[in-house]
Amino acid sequence: MLRHIISMRDFSRDEIDIILAKAKEFEPIARGKESNLLSGKILATLFYEPSTRTRLSFETAMKRLGGKVIDLGSIESSSVAKGESLADTIRVIGNYADAIVLRHPREGAARMAADYSNVPVINAGDGAGHHPTQTLLDLYTIMRESSFSGLRIALVGDLKYGRTVHSLAYALSMYHADMTLVSPRQLQMPEVIKKDLKKQGASIRETTSIEEVVSDVDVLYVTRIQKERFPDPAEYQKMAGSYRITGELLEKARDNLIIMHPLPRVDEIDPAVDRTKYARYFQQSFYGVPVRMALLAMAMEAA
Amino acid sequence: MKESDKKGMRVRPIKHGTVIDHITAGQALNVLRILGISGTSTAVVSVAMNVPSGVLGLKDIVKVEDRELKEEEVDRISLIAPNATINIIRNFEVIGKHKVDLPERLEGVVKCDNPNCISNTNEPVISKFAVNKKPVELRCIYCDHVISEGIAEHLI
Repeated sequence: MLRHIISMRDFSRDEIDIILAKAKEFEPIARGKESNLLSGKILATLFYEPSTRTRLSFETAMKRLGGKVIDLGSIESSSVAKGESLADTIRVIGNYADAIVLRHPREGAARMAADYSNVPVINAGDGAGHHPTQTLLDLYTIMRESSFSGLRIALVGDLKYGRTVHSLAYALSMYHADMTLVSPRQLQMPEVIKKDLKKQGASIRETTSIEEVVSDVDVLYVTRIQKERFPDPAEYQKMAGSYRITGELLEKARDNLIIMHPLPRVDEIDPAVDRTKYARYFQQSFYGVPVRMALLAMAMEAA
Repeated sequence: MKESDKKGMRVRPIKHGTVIDHITAGQALNVLRILGISGTSTAVVSVAMNVPSGVLGLKDIVKVEDRELKEEEVDRISLIAPNATINIIRNFEVIGKHKVDLPERLEGVVKCDNPNCISNTNEPVISKFAVNKKPVELRCIYCDHVISEGIAEHLI
């Protein structure tokens, strides 16, 4: 059966553990060891929305495994500009490539693409919806740099619109993590998502103050707060300042604290923090490569 | 048939077909919509609305002649009429009776209310929802959006 990767909801805890273990095996290849595991295979990357990091890390993963990559080129000069439906594009590309990576501005686009594709579809983000490969690399980072056992994690920033935090929180509930949601009131996690997490048996609490939690968590997962979410620029400035991670704030941190961020960051984390032992966000973005290698290999049945 | 039923009869009994009884008052026309019965259908259809009923206070009734509705067709009406009962009639006799029960999946019945959902584009997609029965919540298979209130307003 075709294994599409669409949403974290499609995975059990056991399946996630298998992917993470597989990613660990691929780490040496991600660091440069030669491999021809996917030689002769072609991956199509269909990015209807720009996303440098996700696209490049998929390309890197595919090429380091010896495979080839094709893409749409610029959307403006492609069949999409002529008004071709996504369903048709997928049917056509599915006959060229061995797997498709799709980023699309509409929620549910990847699920629909999977219905029309005769090769595995990997969702690289659909609108404000899912971004499972980001969640898997976040989990992998926690596994490698911290621990799931007794994990206490604070999710900080835009918890309302941030697509990555919703699926991360969902996945963390499978690991029985103790979650603290830290956000300004306007950007709190939507009720329906919190309800869903509680149904999963998740332990969550909410606060607006980051000072309150910094001393008792193992992981600070920081997300970007977008200026556009605030009608008043002055209000944004004030709020952004109070959620900024600085050296001073970290004086109260636990010794084993790690700081994660899906990147790109703007000014949520003071660059001075990069030099502290807590920073893991660049490591985290590297881990995107072995995790995506594991997914590509599994999708193309080479692992 | 009981004598009392005959006296209060607003719509004549049917020989063959399906009677949907105990429909939440005011929902009969929505029930027809869900069943795909419109003015252009050829079926003989009788609708009674706001009929006094012991259990519900007021109820609606729909009778569709010469057509035995299948359970999966009819179950979807429990979205808007959870107490409805389905009676299959052959030769004036009720030969089958059951209460509606929500199916686990709904296809092409409800429109997702997330404007950015792929099912609301010109892509060839039929809306699909996973159904939670208590309380009634519909989760879009595509975008995960949940509809829990005003479901009748989202009928396609």
